[in-house]
Amino acid sequence: MQITVNGEARDIDVEPDMPLLWVLRDELGLTGTKYGCGIAQCGACTVHVDGMAVRSCQTAIGDLEGASITTIEGLGTPEALHAVQAAWIEHQVAQCGYCQSGQIMQAADLLARIPEPTDEDIDAVMSGNLCRCGTYPRIRAAIHAAATTMREG
Amino acid sequence: MASIGKIARRTFLIGSAAVAGGVAFGTWVVRKPHANPLEDGLPEGAATFNPWVRIDSDRIMLITPHADLGQGVAQMQATLIAEELDLEPGQFETDFGTPSPAYFNGAFANDAAEDLARIAPLSAAALHGIIFSAIKVLGVQGTGGSTSVADSFDKLRQAGAVARETLKAAAALETGQPVADLRTRAGHVLLRDGTEIPYQALAARAAGIEPVTRVSLRHRSEWRLIGQPVERLDIPAKSTGTQAYGIDLSVPGMVHAAVRMSPRRGPLSSYDASAAEAMRGVSQVLEVTNGIAVVADNTWRAIRAANAIETDWAPANYPADQDGHWAALSESFVPDRLDAEWRNDGDVDAAGGEVIEAEYRAPYVAHQPLEPLNAIVRVDPAGSEVWTGHQIPGFVRNVVASVTGEDASGITLHNQYSGGSFGHRLEFEHIRQAAEIAAQMPGTPVKLTYSREEDFAQDFPRHIAIGRGRGTVADGQVVSVDISAAAPPVVASQMGRIGLSASGPDSQIGAGIFNAPYDIPNFRFRGYAVPGLAPVSSWRSVGASWGGFFIESLMDELIRGAGADPVVERLRLMEAYPVAAGVLRRCAEMADWGAGRAENQGRGVAIVESFGTPVAEIVDVTMTERGIRIDDVWVVADPGIVVDPVNIENHIQGAVVWGLGHAMNSEITYADGMAQQANYNDAEGMRMHQAPRIHVAWNEDNDSPRGIGEPPVPPAAPALANAIFDATGQRLREMPFRNFIDFI
Repeated sequence: MQITVNGEARDIDVEPDMPLLWVLRDELGLTGTKYGCGIAQCGACTVHVDGMAVRSCQTAIGDLEGASITTIEGLGTPEALHAVQAAWIEHQVAQCGYCQSGQIMQAADLLARIPEPTDEDIDAVMSGNLCRCGTYPRIRAAIHAAATTMREG
Repeated sequence: MASIGKIARRTFLIGSAAVAGGVAFGTWVVRKPHANPLEDGLPEGAATFNPWVRIDSDRIMLITPHADLGQGVAQMQATLIAEELDLEPGQFETDFGTPSPAYFNGAFANDAAEDLARIAPLSAAALHGIIFSAIKVLGVQGTGGSTSVADSFDKLRQAGAVARETLKAAAALETGQPVADLRTRAGHVLLRDGTEIPYQALAARAAGIEPVTRVSLRHRSEWRLIGQPVERLDIPAKSTGTQAYGIDLSVPGMVHAAVRMSPRRGPLSSYDASAAEAMRGVSQVLEVTNGIAVVADNTWRAIRAANAIETDWAPANYPADQDGHWAALSESFVPDRLDAEWRNDGDVDAAGGEVIEAEYRAPYVAHQPLEPLNAIVRVDPAGSEVWTGHQIPGFVRNVVASVTGEDASGITLHNQYSGGSFGHRLEFEHIRQAAEIAAQMPGTPVKLTYSREEDFAQDFPRHIAIGRGRGTVADGQVVSVDISAAAPPVVASQMGRIGLSASGPDSQIGAGIFNAPYDIPNFRFRGYAVPGLAPVSSWRSVGASWGGFFIESLMDELIRGAGADPVVERLRLMEAYPVAAGVLRRCAEMADWGAGRAENQGRGVAIVESFGTPVAEIVDVTMTERGIRIDDVWVVADPGIVVDPVNIENHIQGAVVWGLGHAMNSEITYADGMAQQANYNDAEGMRMHQAPRIHVAWNEDNDSPRGIGEPPVPPAAPALANAIFDATGQRLREMPFRNFIDFI
């Protein structure tokens, strides 16, 4: 089967029930997407499928024929940051950083849908993304900052 | 090295108050510096000045041996070296280095000496000398106990200064100009005429001279980097998915492994792996000590096959059900379980006044950092190789050596950035298992990855505890506090797993209580050690994580019982503790403590000193129709010195989230000998919607640099419980609170 990952067509030959997470990490070597819980409780594996944030640990590859997937590596790079990533660096959000790929992918999806989120919007959308280091105050600030940047270009 | 092993087993342990039997090292042995590991294989033309700095003709490498678990210590260590070496961000690389006795952590002596001085017939200063010497001679390298800044602060500035002065000496030789005319700036030696020579261009010359060790450190007024915000060097990578953690690494020829270990911590009785063996990608099913491993061509296939093995586990050697654990604690407040009487001021038995009594409980809690435990091991007769993130790298090598039979010093360990730890990566079982699998296929790198469920089942949790307090109040004042706690000895449990024995009392049964910064006329603390319970481990802030809850809840009950103000009465009792009092006073000012609040709102305060750092917290809550909402938290800490104000703010906020979240939502309970919580839906700590606004400040009045990673954890739970009492009249004496009250 074929999927598109970060704009590139990829041929995949695995069992159809293998989660997208493990196809990305172990078959394609894209390790920016993280394994945290395997049951959609932590959000570390969040990627975009056809423009929508999903938990890749709960998305079977067999359901994705022809889908277009964006991972943290495709959102932006250290040389060409996405506005959310730039805000994450400006606000020095990360501690261990392990959850932050998922946080950033979820936040990018939030801002694509709600360009001016309130704290309540942020709570509602981001509470599925666990951060064991407790960087929530900075995540909230960075999302507001990214919203401003994206609005004002 | 055998004698050192024996000494270690007999006398030495970290974090406990026990350094029994004295330390018979001669002065010469103690003074003798360890060899610089950077000299091993140093190429021609490269210079190393000490174990922390290496300069080649094309690059500058700073070694940051304290493991970075997310707390930002790679940056902190680099900042301290760069301050004296005059380096700018971007001019150097960092590396965790190879495990070496040269990286011994002398700051482990700080808490151990202070605690032990309470019960040993020696002063804290004398004990510090003995324990520091033992740590140095044994070469104990480790990250933990909130010691990284304390250990590094002078040592790494010194390392930077030595490198700087040696580079200047090399430049003097190179140019013929006197050293006194040379300066350094931004990675260059500056000549009088303005010529700038990059350090790298001086490496070959510097390699040929003895390091200049008579150096003086710069005065605080000259600091460029310390105390200023810096962009942490790891944050761009951690914001772009390009930071590789241990779990992300791939080594040529590597196979993937998963394990099933006994959830009852004992042997495997029988198993049937026939289904697993037939699954796609599975190459082998192997036995390891007390469990089974699956080797496959991908992580998911390995984990799925491991889960398909039918197992029968032997019974646990601790109470099968949770009630049995609580009963064992409850029955342990008896003389023959007395571990130590750590404090006994005045005479609590003779103290008069109105009596107030209470019992408090703290459950087992899992660590569960988000990156599951993992390790890559390649067993090789010429010297095995290990890739993992760990807090005690030298012992990782020992554990692998104990499996392979090789000499530990020949093992190469590549320490990694870790996706959190909170004490979890002080443990070695996953290392041992990876080594046992790899030893059955020499030459093939084996990557073991725990599933989240395996990680929960195998997590050695925070030690469970019961506290019993009895105090008296009279005339609006606290007159006496008599408090005891019973808990399993955590240090002995941890040490036992690596074959070391712990002798003497365990300071982590009572930390945060016996050192409470109060001059109460009558104040006693007794710790009771409870045998036979589940194996436990150090969990962020260790004993103080519940010690602070017990003492500061009791203090709140006493002060309110006396009709006094919780801040005013605490400050009255803190005159002998000006650093702690300064922290509480400032916190009360920030929060505007005396301000009025609505009927359904409440406010609580707590102050706990742990790892040498006093931290005060004030929590505001609102009782809503859906439950308690935490609105704001004010925090003031005094770690003595702040290296990076942005990083410390983040770290303190995170520690408050950790303390609150677990007090509210998390516990590990046992049924049929197994943890009942298997994933984050069962024990999630805190999520975004519960996270309050957290206002952070600090003083720098403490007399030496102390820790910050753990100390903001202990006051969070009692400040929250005290706030909830203020808002609702309901007194929460047992964690997690959500078993007794709803939160939004």
